Amino acid sequence: MADLTHLIEEAEADFSNSSSMNDLEVAKAKYLGKSGSLTDALKGLGKLGAEERPAAGAAINIVKQAIEIALTARREAILNAEQVKQLAQESIDVTLPARAQSQGGLHPVTLTLKRVEELFHSIGFEVATGPEIETDFYNFTALNIPEDHPARAMHDTFYIDEANVLRTHTSPVQIRYMENALKTNKTPPLKIIAPGRVYRVDSDATHSPMFHQVEGLWVDEEISFANLKGVVQDFLQKFFERDDLTVRFRPSFFPFTEPSAEMDMSWNGGWLEIGGCGMVHPEVFKHVNIDSEKYRGFAFGLGVERLTMLRYGVNDLRHFFNNDLRFLSQFR
Amino acid sequence: MQFSENWLRSLVDTGLDSQALSHALTMAGLEVEDMQSVAASFTLVVVGEVISAEKHPDADRLQVLKVNIGQAEPLQIVCGASNARVGLKAPCALVGAQLPEISIKQAKVRGIESFGMMCSSKELGITVEATGLLELAHNAVVGQDIREHLDLNDHLFTLKLTPNRSDCLSLIGIARDVAAITGARTQFVDIAAVSVESQQTKQVSVIEQAACPRYCGRLITGINAKVATPDWMAKRLERSGLRSISVVVDVTNYVLLELGQPMHAFDAAKLSGDISVRFAKAGESLNLLNDQTITLKADDLVIADEQGAVALAGIMGGKPTSVDDETTDIFLESAYFVPSVIAGKARRLGLSTDSSYRFERGVDFGNTRQALEYATTLIQKICGGQACAVTEVVGALPVRHSVTLRMARLVSVLGIAFEQVKVAQLLTQLGFAFTETNGEFTVTPPSYRFDIAIEEDLIEEIARLHGYDHIPATPPIASLNMLAAPEAQLHLNQLRNVLVSDGYQEVVTYSFVDESWERDLLGNPSPIKLKNPIASNLSVMRTSLWGGLLDTLTYNLNRKQDRAYLFEIGAVYYQKDASYHEVTRVAGLAYGSAKPEQWAVSGTDIDFFDIKAQVEALVGAEALFEKAEHSALHPGQSAQILLDGKVIGWLGKLHPKWQQHYSLPKGAYLFELDVAVLLNSTLVAYQEVSKFLPIRRDIAIVVDEDLAVGDVLTCVKAAQIPAILDVALFDLYQGKGVAENKKSLALSVLMHDTQKTLTDSDADTAIANLLQLLQVKFAAELRS
Repeated sequence: MADLTHLIEEAEADFSNSSSMNDLEVAKAKYLGKSGSLTDALKGLGKLGAEERPAAGAAINIVKQAIEIALTARREAILNAEQVKQLAQESIDVTLPARAQSQGGLHPVTLTLKRVEELFHSIGFEVATGPEIETDFYNFTALNIPEDHPARAMHDTFYIDEANVLRTHTSPVQIRYMENALKTNKTPPLKIIAPGRVYRVDSDATHSPMFHQVEGLWVDEEISFANLKGVVQDFLQKFFERDDLTVRFRPSFFPFTEPSAEMDMSWNGGWLEIGGCGMVHPEVFKHVNIDSEKYRGFAFGLGVERLTMLRYGVNDLRHFFNNDLRFLSQFR
Repeated sequence: MQFSENWLRSLVDTGLDSQALSHALTMAGLEVEDMQSVAASFTLVVVGEVISAEKHPDADRLQVLKVNIGQAEPLQIVCGASNARVGLKAPCALVGAQLPEISIKQAKVRGIESFGMMCSSKELGITVEATGLLELAHNAVVGQDIREHLDLNDHLFTLKLTPNRSDCLSLIGIARDVAAITGARTQFVDIAAVSVESQQTKQVSVIEQAACPRYCGRLITGINAKVATPDWMAKRLERSGLRSISVVVDVTNYVLLELGQPMHAFDAAKLSGDISVRFAKAGESLNLLNDQTITLKADDLVIADEQGAVALAGIMGGKPTSVDDETTDIFLESAYFVPSVIAGKARRLGLSTDSSYRFERGVDFGNTRQALEYATTLIQKICGGQACAVTEVVGALPVRHSVTLRMARLVSVLGIAFEQVKVAQLLTQLGFAFTETNGEFTVTPPSYRFDIAIEEDLIEEIARLHGYDHIPATPPIASLNMLAAPEAQLHLNQLRNVLVSDGYQEVVTYSFVDESWERDLLGNPSPIKLKNPIASNLSVMRTSLWGGLLDTLTYNLNRKQDRAYLFEIGAVYYQKDASYHEVTRVAGLAYGSAKPEQWAVSGTDIDFFDIKAQVEALVGAEALFEKAEHSALHPGQSAQILLDGKVIGWLGKLHPKWQQHYSLPKGAYLFELDVAVLLNSTLVAYQEVSKFLPIRRDIAIVVDEDLAVGDVLTCVKAAQIPAILDVALFDLYQGKGVAENKKSLALSVLMHDTQKTLTDSDADTAIANLLQLLQVKFAAELRS
């Protein structure tokens, strides 16, 4: 039996000369095909004597395995090369801009209201709402501001008719909420915030005839002026994400709270007025049939645009209602 | 309330400096809105007298003055002021003086030594403008420091008083509060009754005693009304914001400011007969001091003589009986009118006077007669004259009921511990009379306080004097209960998020709009009107958010934007019968290319079906769209949106005439929906997922071109043909191969069975059923 090991080298040479799968198949046939050299050698085994045959067979198999290994290696190499080529063809400029989608966004006042709602929700405040065209009764009388009371002059009111106004504050929502609570047999603790649009006849660089307030109310058996200060300060610290922020109360007057206070917030070394607050006035409780001996409450009102301006450094109130997209799109 | 700090300091002895006083007032609820120095700070300026004036040898406009400043040698000063003349007394800044703008050095002016500078009021920072030197009084003491001479070490305080603190509408009131806050002592002028030199009187009949519980009046005869108001008085008035008018008026104003008691002086010679206090008679009119002639109403309280009304009580006197230079006899009035009678009357006439402002808030009824005596004293001192007997008519004065203050309540409302002795001390500082038993104070408020009627009023007083700053910020202690969280009730912010992710920018526009938007754009002839709009283009309440969105669009197009997707969520307002209704709406406007301009997507403009998709994202697939017309929309591209059979909104392309009106180069698309129904969702109820695979068959049918495709799809869905899961349109074709006036709809039909694998013959049956339905309902034919 002739030595076949030279076939390994020949096959390896043929395989590596094959640059495509087709060439490789042709080269493979030369050795392993029906009339390939190894196939022929195997056929030749029959002619050998029984004692020679096992050794010769083993020798052929060794060669065959070696050729098959070479074939597989080459096959993988060709496949890899083809894939590399295809990948190269498919390559793109990844720095091209993305397929652009329209960018939407929320109004900054909404962003503030969302934050306010989330923060108060986290200590159990619900959101209450009320009408913007409000009766004189809810906007004033039920809040202990009778007709001809000088406090009415503090509000530059838009009138619809004799009995209806555009609400000048969100405080009437307190009354409506407490009245309704009573009707539905809901008893204190009552904890709400009431965000919304309010209106005053005033328009200049620092006043808008329409703006937003958020009212807060907490009625409970043991709730105090010190708690009011605590809640407001907690809120402001969380809202502005500043633990060093403090709140200062100054005595003031609102007919629907007593004691009443203006709220100032420490800011850049000074004090900024950010709203009014106080303990719910017994007259107000009387209007909604809540026993002021048993219950106490506090209420506060915050200017939403003011909070927004401080939060984001906006320096002109008028931006909020001009709706210039170059302004609004900054809040995305 | 504006006043001079020095005047206040003459009434209360406080050791606080101006800044500390201002802070103490603000922190006690008397907010100092403004505090200004009377003059800028400067030093070394004295009263100088020009004793000689010679022309400067080398300058036409300059003079060389010799100025006496009370020292052995006069100063030589070169001066350019045209009013510099011998005998003039004027401020003289010495060498080394620091004036607001400059410092004074010895200098040569055109070759002549000058040892100081003569000053104008501008140079001293007293006024903004000045012509010439500030001319001082002839009796000014030469050499006296000018700050002392002109009382310039003073501040103008302006308080922003809350309506409850009428007691602080006077110098003595503020002084009392300073004393209460700081524990300082007040030092009020002792007012004694003047000696009566005549029994001559005017009879006063107070017909409306309830409206005027106390009326004091007296004649003062033989006065000289021509004398000048003394400097000290004019200065105090001026620094309190009141112009000096004439001596008698100035005295009444002075008493008003110091004691808070409004007064009125009539020229007695112009009064006919006796005085009465009554409500106006029908048709009665009065010519007021401001020359306004008013027709009085039946609830206007007046002071009248025998001829008729002579003054609008507590508001303003009448012109015909007013005091002038020739007046010799006056009838001086000091009265207490109750707030409810005066309140609102001045406003009704478009007036607010110092008098009405005080009466409507409450004037001390315990001080009426004292004020009259004080004014008499001042008039006699300045104008001479004989005081006649006082006529005083007293009715039922307000009663100050005692108010209880419980220590326990005080502590629980404020949330801080309080010692009883501290409370007693603060009440004493306030000048409130009180007794105490077992932790309960019984307090009787003084006549000048109109704001102490209930326990909370006292709690506020105690808190205010204790200092709000000394009340800690304490977190509440409360029981913890979770809030309800109804899952099927969506939050408004979820709608916002849908729109934002679709590329819409939220805007906030005014709730009041231009009436023409309502009338013309929306076809609403009668929107709710404001009685007092801030501008004529903001005069009615909106019934749609579209006006604001279109306005915002044009605002931004004018600023070079070419694409805008906007939305707003807000109320619209309707009047129904006699009541007003508000509905919260969400509205959107889309303008420009469907996608932002870019290299990878062609720049087609948005169309109806883009915006319809965005509406469906809000409403859900159950909504129906019905062709309908709207005054703002293109009649061929507008639809009503229905949910459960109810119209919940509109969608469409802006009408071309409005597109032209707003000068829009491209079409705009609008939608508006009621929000309430969008927030009602349903909780997911799980349905079993079929184990068997669905089958899809595609069919094409031919129908009339006018047929609404939506009707076809709705009908198929409603029919619930067994095995058919969903039918969807995937192509719409008209043209070759389809007859004229017809269109071809290509539908994909998805079928399944939850119990078994669907066979071909089952599918055939389902398709046959579908085709039969379409044939019967819409005369549809299978396209061959």
